[in-house]
Amino acid sequence: MSIEAREARQPWILLSPTLTVITLLLIVPVLFIVVYSFWLRTSVGDVQPGFYLDNWADTLTDRFYRDILLTTLRIAAITTVVCALMGYPAAYFIARAKSNKALLLLLLMLPFWISYIIRTMSWIYILGTNGALNTALQWLGITAEPIQMLYNETTVILGLVHFLLPFMVLNVYVSLDGVDETLEDAAGSLGATKWQSFLQVTLPLSLPGLAAGSLLCFVLGAGTYITPAVLGGPRDAMFANLVYEAIIIQLNWPLGAALSLLLLAVLGALVMIYNHFLGLGQLMKGLG
Amino acid sequence: MSAVTLSNISKQFGSFTAVEPMSLDIPEGQFVTLLGPSGCGKTTTLRMIAGLLDPTGGEITIKGRRVNDLPIHKRNLGIVFQNYALFPHKTIADNVGFGLRYRNVSKEDAARRVREALELVQLPHVADRYPSALSGGQQQRIALARAIVIEPDVLLLDEPLSALDANLREDMRVELKKIQHRIGVTSIFVTHDQAEALAMSDQIVVMSDGRVEQVGPPEEVYNAPASEFVANFLGASNILPGQCTGRQNGTVVMDTPLFGTVPVPAEKAPNVPGAGAAKLVLRAEKLQLVPKGQADPDQISAEAVVETVDYQGQAVRYFVCSGDTQLQAINMIDTRPFAEGDSVSIQFRPRDCAALPGA
Ligand SMILES: Nc1ncnc2c1ncn2[C@@H]1O[C@H](COP(=O)(O)OP(=O)(O)OP(=O)(O)O)[C@@H](O)[C@H]1O
Ligand SMILES: [Mg+2]
Repeated sequence: MSIEAREARQPWILLSPTLTVITLLLIVPVLFIVVYSFWLRTSVGDVQPGFYLDNWADTLTDRFYRDILLTTLRIAAITTVVCALMGYPAAYFIARAKSNKALLLLLLMLPFWISYIIRTMSWIYILGTNGALNTALQWLGITAEPIQMLYNETTVILGLVHFLLPFMVLNVYVSLDGVDETLEDAAGSLGATKWQSFLQVTLPLSLPGLAAGSLLCFVLGAGTYITPAVLGGPRDAMFANLVYEAIIIQLNWPLGAALSLLLLAVLGALVMIYNHFLGLGQLMKGLG
Repeated sequence: MSAVTLSNISKQFGSFTAVEPMSLDIPEGQFVTLLGPSGCGKTTTLRMIAGLLDPTGGEITIKGRRVNDLPIHKRNLGIVFQNYALFPHKTIADNVGFGLRYRNVSKEDAARRVREALELVQLPHVADRYPSALSGGQQQRIALARAIVIEPDVLLLDEPLSALDANLREDMRVELKKIQHRIGVTSIFVTHDQAEALAMSDQIVVMSDGRVEQVGPPEEVYNAPASEFVANFLGASNILPGQCTGRQNGTVVMDTPLFGTVPVPAEKAPNVPGAGAAKLVLRAEKLQLVPKGQADPDQISAEAVVETVDYQGQAVRYFVCSGDTQLQAINMIDTRPFAEGDSVSIQFRPRDCAALPGA
């Protein structure tokens, strides 16, 4: 075998364990879900194999599903914007820190050592009626009665920001870290103020990281079901909660399959659009 | 009027002194080079002038105005960075025109000035490209064009040629000097390359360990070094211990164990006291090897044996031993170089020597 042929084969050999796992655990199950989405749950409760379009008709025409999809996308979008506004300055600070960069990055990763569910639940102890904040307000005499702070859209967004902020910071950090600091010096020497240098040079050069972070926050945010389940009220269900409801509570697997495929298609389309304009390479940099 | 005046500026990083108090006066239009080995504080000095670092002490004036508290964007300086620092997301025209956005220049004027600057650096055809589509040497020229298009009061250049390969470096050196001469901008150039400094400068500031060792025009710094450090940093020198025995007809008479009496021109021994211990500085290029016994009687000579031959193309560097003293000589090759172990005569003219005080 020639050297070129061997080198061409090598990546595939190295990738094969991963590809096997992805195929078995991701592609095959998704294909099952596709098949399921065309089956039907009969009125007696058992599932009938076949090729029925009923689930898809429900999923695509029912206004209830459409509204929740739009709510989901709205919550994900607000979360992404909040993460970007909060994450960018933090990433800038870390990227420009003269020392302790490694420590700052470690602190950023620290929350990942605690389960996401536990981190989400912790808000109940802070914002709940017997939580830290209410106790403090009453103790200070500012309020007489506990205030209902939990179980609304704001707390869902709060929980999502808490969960997703590190992803944003990491992505922006990677981008900013690659921006040569002397570029700002150069802009300054040419007459730009610090703020103008930032707008003209640093910000545009860090946009790929901001875009990657935003995509990640949006997709993860839109696909979550734990945060709305724990921190949201009955009317704050997001799309993934519908899937959960259909499959686990109603045992209607075919409908759940169709719903989850719709969410997958919407988010997949978003990733495609991103890839078309910016390329997924940047995303990998941020994750790596 | 001086373009730039440094009065006792110094820089401390914590307890470490990067630049000891230094003073310097740079006349309008001059090309001044800060020369010194790595870590001697050249960049630190330049960054203080640029406004990228606050001096710990002292005062900087540019065109008569104290600028210590003036931020970089108000100093009107052109800076060429070692890594060029071109904006990768802007076209060459936008890069060069960047500084004009912050000056009251009309669109048409800006476009014309950008075009002229690109013509000056001989790259009029790359305006629409991005920096990544240019070679290193071309990026270098664009960085220069961007710095001079704003008609800066002072041009600061931090090792702008060091990233180029040797041949290109020499071409750019000539071209940079030509452009500087043409627009007449006061320039402060940082380098650790003595050849660059000698070829380009009106004045050289030799620095070592945060201190200024000598300031002067190239010939002076080269021919009459003020310290052993300068003598060795600008080319190779032989430093021989000796005694100064007095002054005579505009010469300082040196007595050395190896060569006997050597009358050094007084202007090349400005700091040597009338009598006492002193050192003779004999440049390696000025020490010539000739076949044994064929020394020129008008020159000072001694016998020696060739120890090492370092062949360099058109020149050759010899290490020779005369008595217990090892000497270095760099000679152009006429015919055939000497070989190791050859017995030779070494000779030099006393007027090519310099002298330093001290033992
Ligand atoms: N921000 C800083 N903090 C601490 N020390 C510094 C800092 N910047 C520079 N130094 C020290 O100051 C000294 C002078 O540095 P400088 O960059 O001026 O050297 P240089 O002459 O430009 O050297 P080179 O030729 O290598 O660029 C060095 O010893 C360097 O380590
Ligand atoms: Mg330097």
